[in-house]
Amino acid sequence: MPADRTLNQLRATCRSADPVRAAGEGDHIAGVPARYVAAPRDTAQAAALLRAAADLDLAVTFRGGGTRQDWGSPPRRLDLILDTTALAGVVEHAAGDLITVVRAGARLDALAPVLAGAGQKLALDAPLPGGTVGGAVATNAAGPRRLLYGTPRDLLIGVTLVRADGVVAHAGGKVVKNVAGYDLGKLVTGAYGTLGLITECAFRLHPLPAAVAYVARTVDDAAEAGRLAAAVRGAQLVPAALEVDAPVTGPATVTVLVEGTPAGVAARADAARRLLGVDATVADRPGADWGRLPWRPGDTGLKLTVALSGVPRLLADARAAADRHGLPLALRGSAGVGVLYAGLPGTADPARVAALVDTLRAATAAAAGHTIVLTAPAAVRQRVDLWGPVDGLALMRRVKQRFDPDARLAPGRFVGGI
Amino acid sequence: MSTTTTDIGALAAALRAAIGADRVISDRQELRTYECDGLAQYKVVPALVALPADAAQCATVVRACVAAGAPFVARGSGTGLSGGALPHADGVLVVTSQMRDIVEVAPEDERAVVQPGVINLAISRAANPHGYYYAPDPSSQQICSIGGNVAENSGGAHCLKYGFTIHHVTGVELVTPDGERVRLGGRAPDTPGYDLLGAFVGSEGTLGIATEVTVRLTRLPETVRTLLAAFGTTDQAGAATSAIIAAGVVPAAVEMMDALAISAAEAAVHCGYPEGAGAVLIVELDGPAPEVDAQFAQVEALCRENRAFEIRIAADDAERALFWKGRKSAFAAVGRISPDYIVQDGVIPRTALPEVLRRIGELSAERGIRVANVFHAGDGNLHPLVLFDAAADGQAERAEEVSGAILDLCVAHGGSITGEHGVGMDKAKFMPRMFTADDLDTMHLLRCAFDPAGLANPGKVFPTPRLCGEIPGRRKGVNPAQAAGLAEVF
Repeated sequence: MPADRTLNQLRATCRSADPVRAAGEGDHIAGVPARYVAAPRDTAQAAALLRAAADLDLAVTFRGGGTRQDWGSPPRRLDLILDTTALAGVVEHAAGDLITVVRAGARLDALAPVLAGAGQKLALDAPLPGGTVGGAVATNAAGPRRLLYGTPRDLLIGVTLVRADGVVAHAGGKVVKNVAGYDLGKLVTGAYGTLGLITECAFRLHPLPAAVAYVARTVDDAAEAGRLAAAVRGAQLVPAALEVDAPVTGPATVTVLVEGTPAGVAARADAARRLLGVDATVADRPGADWGRLPWRPGDTGLKLTVALSGVPRLLADARAAADRHGLPLALRGSAGVGVLYAGLPGTADPARVAALVDTLRAATAAAAGHTIVLTAPAAVRQRVDLWGPVDGLALMRRVKQRFDPDARLAPGRFVGGI
Repeated sequence: MSTTTTDIGALAAALRAAIGADRVISDRQELRTYECDGLAQYKVVPALVALPADAAQCATVVRACVAAGAPFVARGSGTGLSGGALPHADGVLVVTSQMRDIVEVAPEDERAVVQPGVINLAISRAANPHGYYYAPDPSSQQICSIGGNVAENSGGAHCLKYGFTIHHVTGVELVTPDGERVRLGGRAPDTPGYDLLGAFVGSEGTLGIATEVTVRLTRLPETVRTLLAAFGTTDQAGAATSAIIAAGVVPAAVEMMDALAISAAEAAVHCGYPEGAGAVLIVELDGPAPEVDAQFAQVEALCRENRAFEIRIAADDAERALFWKGRKSAFAAVGRISPDYIVQDGVIPRTALPEVLRRIGELSAERGIRVANVFHAGDGNLHPLVLFDAAADGQAERAEEVSGAILDLCVAHGGSITGEHGVGMDKAKFMPRMFTADDLDTMHLLRCAFDPAGLANPGKVFPTPRLCGEIPGRRKGVNPAQAAGLAEVF
């Protein structure tokens, strides 16, 4: 094989051959193969690599745990995968200040025991095991406990970025309360790596609760589950999570998670049980599918959002629409915040899936929300607009142009072809 | 950056024609009413004031400014403490106080939709009958507007548990600096696309003007319990705070005042705090009754363990209000013990509190300038009140030095130059102490995306004025303006 000049230049940039290699079999993003993979060891090396990529006009996509590479659209161009898994570890855990600073490639499941040692947690659920902190931030991924604690954008208090041109920038800081300067952390949260590489994140932490209780009730159908969830929301339970699970067949389940002191949790769990109905059960751990996305690799995965009052109706309408289109639709999500996930088998007829997406888009729009196709087989992708209508798209394009004028960072992955 | 060649007379005529003569102020005496915001030490008389009636008029005003190349500054109630709404002498002050309708209260969605001039407390008043309230509670909540809260990402005493404005605003409609009306976010969560709403909240009027705000409503807590604990020293009060946090309790608020702040509050509002206290803590817990009851006993015990010599527990809302009266009046109260004062706003990691307080004490002694300390102890947000007499020789300068040195202390301890008052005009010069040139450049990229002409609240937040330049593109060749030396490209 002839010497690859680009590979050599990337290696020279790192002053080491180790972090850079030619792409192999598994090094593709949503089916698009890369030419090179680089795994920088620190922010400075990441910056050098991105500067070199700019000089060499390489298109770059970032990869953490690789758990969501099938989300979004495939990149229009891809030369280099910048792998963050060597940017691992905890930089700082100031337990007394309830904050931590971690590198973007740290895995959420590896971070949890470190924090638990001090009786603390980063209150983010990982819907897909193996995901990194950076990936969770880049996709603003959250699970059941978002009801009480919010999503990554609410917990991120500081960020270190490397821009497309290799410049390193910080925003926010290490204190929770801070309004100095623009909050660039918000900007890159959920941006799918199209504005810059996140190398370090500072997070607000929360104490681990002394007690938890999962109060669950099984009901006949999704609509009834929605009504129960609304009743819980109006009560004085302050739940950490309020989830609905409505599988393709069989009954639906409403689960309330309460966290707190042993005495407080016991009393609140009892109140939740009375509210949900006599046959509600109380457990100290969740069911097996708790917080998991209701689809498997290769399936179509949707995110449905609505204003809170629209949840019961969406649960009923989505089920009815799926039945009409003859599709087996699994629904699961945070009824307490107005976010539901929906899964369809990868084998389902693409035209019908596309038609159902249209129906769901109308149903969610009627309740001020959106239907987003997070992942889908190629045949479905060809037939649907993954993101649907996006307010403020012109402004978003202008932001992208300022941060990545040559459109080299994950081009085409995000809304409106950004 | 704006040029200063705007024909103000022509702009005034255009605005009168567009939004009505009674909504445009050009009389010098009337304009002077608007010469400052809550930070009265800076005064600039605006060239014009516009009072749009609605979002459409607001967009019209901004477009007229763009056409005339005139800078514009948005202002709500004018209570900001960083000079964020300080007018521009050659520009238009866009006052949103006429846009004060509560458009909708939707408890079933846990949302309210309001115009920007609506007063913070008015949202809670409208939501209370439904069992809900609007959580962020800046001290000025009886007069400050939600539009200003959005611009400054305002906090409040209870943000330790409930977060800031950013966590309670789910949508805005704004007029961009080029006069477009854009909707970001809304009633449902997780709107697709960049979180421009997140970037807009707290951008201090430099990315546009909010014309409608959708806020989150929070369920009124079932129970609220408040105690006042008196300690001999601030160190003891700080240790009690640390113990409470370490025990895994997240109080709704933990507020601390030192002896000087207490004496000022006593002089002003006779709040009756325990005599001889070197520090008092106000700790408030709220939430479900069984939870609050369990944790309140714990908090009380931790205060005693850390040598609180007196603990009072509010028996009812009236007594709770009395506890808070001393704290909430503290800023104004120091006027009783000092002719002039600076309200500082900085943040430190909470665990650095004892050390930072000692250093503030030393600074105070070295310069002969008294400092009263009031702070949101739970989240390390300090509000030192730097006392001076402007009539006394050199005192104002020394007070400024002490005030600036306190911010340096905050930065040196890994904190922030502002926790809730904003950067505005007042702290733009301190930004480089916290951020590198590259950090500020990167923030400026965002500003250029929204406001390439630099007309929205110029001179605020960023320490030095800068141009945006054309969007740089490697393959587009050298920018002509850059080649001609007319613009630096960011």
